[in-house]
Amino acid sequence: MKMKNVFATLGGIMAVGASIGVLAPLLQKLGNPGNMGICVACFERDIAGSIGIHRAEVVQYMRPEIIGFVLGSLVAALLFREFRPRAGSAPIVRFVLGVFAMIGALVFLGCPWRAMLRLAGGDLNAVFGILGLVSGIWVGTFFLKAGYNLGRTEKTHGAAGLVLSVIMAGFLVLALVYPPITGEPKNDILFYSLKGPGSMHAPLFVSLAIGLAIGFLAQRSRFCTMGAIRDLVLFGQTHLFMGILSLLAVAFVTNLVLGQFHAGFAGQPVAHTMHVWNFLGMALAGLAFALAGGCPGRQLFLAGEGDGDAAVFVIGMIVGAGIAHNFGLASSPQGIGPHGIAAVVVGFAACLAIGFTMRKSAA
Amino acid sequence: MSITVDARGLSCPQPVIMTMAKIKELGSGEFIVLVDTDTSKENVSRAATSKGWEVKDIQPDGEGYRIILAKG
Repeated sequence: MKMKNVFATLGGIMAVGASIGVLAPLLQKLGNPGNMGICVACFERDIAGSIGIHRAEVVQYMRPEIIGFVLGSLVAALLFREFRPRAGSAPIVRFVLGVFAMIGALVFLGCPWRAMLRLAGGDLNAVFGILGLVSGIWVGTFFLKAGYNLGRTEKTHGAAGLVLSVIMAGFLVLALVYPPITGEPKNDILFYSLKGPGSMHAPLFVSLAIGLAIGFLAQRSRFCTMGAIRDLVLFGQTHLFMGILSLLAVAFVTNLVLGQFHAGFAGQPVAHTMHVWNFLGMALAGLAFALAGGCPGRQLFLAGEGDGDAAVFVIGMIVGAGIAHNFGLASSPQGIGPHGIAAVVVGFAACLAIGFTMRKSAA
Repeated sequence: MSITVDARGLSCPQPVIMTMAKIKELGSGEFIVLVDTDTSKENVSRAATSKGWEVKDIQPDGEGYRIILAKG
């Protein structure tokens, strides 16, 4: 019998939320973009930019936090014998959900973690994003109640469960071999931003260390922002929800202490004030997360512990970032992109079709 | 043959949904839930406890766990 998992207790999940609430604003203090100490969607988008999947010059950086999340989770899973190589639960559907999750998140400009961090930094536009997130997840719970599911996974080869971890380790090697050169937009194969959020980052090893620590803690505690809201709506359970409340409260206090709290709507860092699209972008993302069974952070941690379907979702998000920036779907501080509205409409159509058509039979 | 809910290979929140449905169906008694991850084990146990059911035993079962839930 293994020892009890202390992180799976109420105190555990709240401690993990609090840790993220301290570390994310700290990363901002150390150089990460405003109200973006950590943003899984934005950072995956920056990774897509760093390897040239899109060429938006202001958002290109090989973010070590993402690499750390996956590898930290892998280490925790191996250490506590929870590494379970598994795959085969409708991977192509998970890919598509990942693509639209990213597109929705980039219309809002942030993942659920960043939505919390934006609010904790005083960005009141985030309120509309969070309301959208809750609405999207709420729609998702109707599908879950109606029998929606993507079918069972199969046990697979150990090496198959390691694929995303190996890709992330490869990204780390690239970041070390081709570091940024002052004033240069490129070092061999990696692109770097000279201005904008992509140019703002904490020192590599600090980002990596904090990423590893959070990856480890989140694997142990099953921290998930989508699950927090879903479990509350679906089962009336508050366990995971206490984790995100803890994150929000502690990040708010940390921002106050660090002088990073500035309340208002206009002029917030990497944010726009188009409330309808902040709401609808995050509603699309929330629906996609609910149908895929986890927020972008949780998908990284699941991938680290061997879930190949979560890994496919992650790759979907990275490709989705490329699509979003190549075709003008992503927002900027000036507002939504030229084709952002069309992308949200298509995204809802795709996610609703997935929710309506993929029921019981596979179970 | 005891009543068994096989939630192996299903991801969050399916194991909890299936457990809750069985709890609603039975009202009381005893049944087994099969899961294949620690996350599902914790989630199923937490959900059952919140409904007043007791986690009688958790046994390792192949790659996963057999969770025995009971209510008197």
